[in-house]
Amino acid sequence: MTIKEIFDSMAYGPAPESNAEALAWLAKHKAGFGHFINGAFTAPEAPFETRNPANGAVLATVSQGSEATVARAVAAAARAFPKWSATPGPQRARVLYALARLVQKHSRLFAVLETMDNGKPIRESRDIDIPLVARHFYYHAGLAQLLESERPGMQPLGVCAAVIPWNFPLLMLAWKVAPALAAGNTVVLKPAEYTPLTALLFAEISREAGLPKGVLNIVTGDGETGAALVAHPGVAKVAFTGSTMVGQRIREATAGQGKALTLELGGKSPYIVFDDADLDSAVEGLVDAIWFNQGQVCCAGSRLLVQEGVADRFHAKLKRRMDGLRLGDPLDKCIDMGAIADPVQLETITRLVDGSEGQIYRAATPVPQGCFYPPTLITGLTTSSPLMQEEIFGPVLVSMTFRTPAEAVELANNTRFGLAASVWTENVNLALDMAPKLKAGVVWVNATNLFDAAAGFGGVRESGFGREGGWEGLAAYQKPARSARTLKPLAAFPEPASPEVPAMDRTAKLFIGGKQARPDGGYSRAVWSPKGRLLGHVGLGNRKDIRNAVEAAHAARGWGKATGHNRAQILYYLAENLSARGAEFAARLRDLTGKPGEAEVETTITRLFTWAAWADKYEGAAKPVPMRGIALALHEPVGVIGALCPDEAPLLGLVSLMGPAIAMGNTCVLVPSDPFPLAATDFYQVLETSDVPAGVVNIVTGAPDELAKALASHRDVDALWSFAAAPLSAMIERESAGNLKRTWVNNGLARDWRTAEGEGREFLARATEVKTVWVPYGE
Amino acid sequence: MTTLSPETAATGLLPQLAHARNPGMALDLDWVAGVQANTSAIERRCATLGGRRSVKKDWQAAWLLKAISLIDLTTLSGDDTPGRVERLCAKARQPVRPDMLAALGMTGLTVGAVCVYHDMVETAVRCLEGSNIPVAAVSTGFPAGLSPWRLRLAEIGESVKAGAKEIDIVISRRHVLTGNWQALYDEMREMRAACGEAHVKAILATGELQTLRNVARASLVCMMAGADFIKTSTGKEAVNATLPVTLTMIRAIRDYQDRTGHKVGYKPAGGISKAKDALLYLALMKDELGAPWLQPDLMRFGASSLLGDIERQLEHHLTGAYSAGYRHALA
Repeated sequence: MTIKEIFDSMAYGPAPESNAEALAWLAKHKAGFGHFINGAFTAPEAPFETRNPANGAVLATVSQGSEATVARAVAAAARAFPKWSATPGPQRARVLYALARLVQKHSRLFAVLETMDNGKPIRESRDIDIPLVARHFYYHAGLAQLLESERPGMQPLGVCAAVIPWNFPLLMLAWKVAPALAAGNTVVLKPAEYTPLTALLFAEISREAGLPKGVLNIVTGDGETGAALVAHPGVAKVAFTGSTMVGQRIREATAGQGKALTLELGGKSPYIVFDDADLDSAVEGLVDAIWFNQGQVCCAGSRLLVQEGVADRFHAKLKRRMDGLRLGDPLDKCIDMGAIADPVQLETITRLVDGSEGQIYRAATPVPQGCFYPPTLITGLTTSSPLMQEEIFGPVLVSMTFRTPAEAVELANNTRFGLAASVWTENVNLALDMAPKLKAGVVWVNATNLFDAAAGFGGVRESGFGREGGWEGLAAYQKPARSARTLKPLAAFPEPASPEVPAMDRTAKLFIGGKQARPDGGYSRAVWSPKGRLLGHVGLGNRKDIRNAVEAAHAARGWGKATGHNRAQILYYLAENLSARGAEFAARLRDLTGKPGEAEVETTITRLFTWAAWADKYEGAAKPVPMRGIALALHEPVGVIGALCPDEAPLLGLVSLMGPAIAMGNTCVLVPSDPFPLAATDFYQVLETSDVPAGVVNIVTGAPDELAKALASHRDVDALWSFAAAPLSAMIERESAGNLKRTWVNNGLARDWRTAEGEGREFLARATEVKTVWVPYGE
Repeated sequence: MTTLSPETAATGLLPQLAHARNPGMALDLDWVAGVQANTSAIERRCATLGGRRSVKKDWQAAWLLKAISLIDLTTLSGDDTPGRVERLCAKARQPVRPDMLAALGMTGLTVGAVCVYHDMVETAVRCLEGSNIPVAAVSTGFPAGLSPWRLRLAEIGESVKAGAKEIDIVISRRHVLTGNWQALYDEMREMRAACGEAHVKAILATGELQTLRNVARASLVCMMAGADFIKTSTGKEAVNATLPVTLTMIRAIRDYQDRTGHKVGYKPAGGISKAKDALLYLALMKDELGAPWLQPDLMRFGASSLLGDIERQLEHHLTGAYSAGYRHALA
């Protein structure tokens, strides 16, 4: 084309970013990459190719890590752990600072390599991914500097296994590696099979950062390598980002192994447009929501909910914008979308869209040959359409309309996922009313896909658990420094040869929905004192009682909206009423356990006061993110929490779990101490007289294993805690995979409920989810 | 010959007559009240534009030549003299050194218009005779627009009589700031009528309207009242053309066209002095409004120093060596 012709057509032309340096780096490694273990690259093993999805060209051969390789890497990390974890935080901060600097110094090489390996536009790797990587290391250098003084009494976990996806290869590395190293852990990371190259480059430059040998190890390979890493007994923590299906498998595979786990999984995030929104900006937001990284983003705003009155106009604007999107060589600086990461992924997208109902609109824009898929909008779908529920992980937006804010919330939350949500309205009242109601770990108001190291990112429901970024993200790489003591099982006192029977029969019932209820099965068990006195009977609850209790707990979810002050008042009132009956409870505890009960009652009253105190004091935060706007970290209740209470402290243990749960606005289903259940059933009378709304606390007595299984597999229970002596941890973790409920189990270890071990921030964190609400502002 | 869009060439009309003029419409206050502009989102779109759109090599040269064809080459100084305006008009006819133009394979490139104060209109018209380059006059008590109403209207008439084909009026900012849309509409209507056949560009002085919501609403009201172009600034405000203001105004233009079918032009003015900036503006026009808004009948740059930077970039394109200002004729 001549200049005159271009002058007339005003077409865009090619604007290629040079890949010469990246090719030179690859040429240097043309013999193939080994793994990075103990500060050095191994000889290549079982090579496989990694390709540029935009043109199919082979970029390099990398090694398929075997179980033995994984074992070598974990061993190296384990050897490095004692020294690294003992390295003062400020010294670790310098290493992280050097890593941040090195990423910046090699930023273009990283960006070009990322784009070649992944297919994402160079704009995104250059302007978004790599700057966020550097920012993440800077931020965590700061956390390393401060954590000893800011988080006293915490210690690192050990060897952390990180398994990361192909959509943000280096950024996900940063999200896993930076907090792990900052907290003093060592790492074995497995990059995605499709996109290992930037991790290998990072490994290479990390040697210039003063990172000691073995602190960071990188093993390449496919899902099998990842599975071997996750399963390795030397691993203390697993951090995974990827699909919900694999996340569930990891949850099952690690069940009962005592490994800490964070999962950042799939989503079908709602993108809600109200009729008073700046519609053009909302359209542009969708470009960043679903056509960012070809839609291969876990938090992609992939489910458009638009208010009915403006839907036609909005769709028309959207289609016009879609037509203007440019697809092409990912290294071209004048394109909006690059290549789909792999032909397998392209095939999945194609199949899902081709099989969909509704009106399918593919953007009228040229689509290059090869691994490319056009921006696509599917309208006319309903909630029952598969694509309204399933994650596509491609540049495909599905759309529905709504009528009212309430309906928008209902539709938005009609999903198994809960990663992110966008709300577009010019009405601040509406926006701030919507944000807490949406089931999501991140809410963007009049924006989408904003990320920062200071702001937590992560999901609820089947989008996983744990946060990445901020102090809350660091918490996932630390544990309280506590010596481990084995929890000894306690047996109920046996029926004596000649029972001593009281003058008046006493019947303890279940407590469900504010009412005393007989167990569904119609079975009871006698409870004996150590001296053979019949203390009463306790109902043997079954799964139907659990079902009823969970339903009651859900019906009481209004508790989460009660003010902290209100919740505090009720907790204080509980303490007051318990105190009034202190002697009676002390006697009951003595009868049950054979030990004096006064101290336990007194500590229980204090604990109720503690949780009453916390009810209006567990503050969120306004995160200093680098933009004009606020990113609020809100502490929200988890939802319905099931808890198997400690056997050894029949009253204090129950209150120690109930307290944080209800103080933070959760409702709960409590399974009391198995051998000594009657303190709990007495306690429901205190609940009844203390204005605790019906359903906020439910108590189901019975066999812990049966009740735990019913709770663990229940899809509408949001979290399950277990401090029972029965060996339930593995089963609970395994069964929890069904809906990825948050679990907190004792793994057979004891906790002294009378001391600070029985309260504090650890409990607060377990009783809440951090929701990050981004509100950019400005007029 | 001047640079005509294909459709202009076909009809043989002046560039500003390539499409039907916007006749305006009745003031629709519901529409005005419903206009939204989210500042943060608009800024984010603009901030990423440079990363999304890049034109290089021959494309860059062609786009820069296009930018030249859209420039309203402007002098608006108290010390303007006929001699100064003659020099400007000569530059308007021959904005790029002939040897460079030949090397670029272009002929007959001129700027879009010459823009002067009323007293300089006659000189400019005389100097541009036979060139097809229209003369634009700033008017209505430019830049503040606070002189007596009848004088402001009379000023338009005088300039049209003197041969100005385009009149750049200034709106009464106070009508926007007080939300008096009816007054703004009426004022614009009358000024449009006073222009007669001459095209009217409504200068919003966006820097003084402060908020993008104000900019969006003022844009819309001026279009309803029949503006042929909406223009950002006089060049005399503290803040002149910016990308966020541009995006807001051109989205208003698009909405107006969607609902009425009428095309309205856009003129950013003030502060666009770099070739690179011009490319960004053109990319934004192309992506948001489409190809018709890359022609002088619907797009102008109000600029005085932009041309010099473009000339240097063009020479760099031809030689591979960075250029010097003195190698190009002064405007």
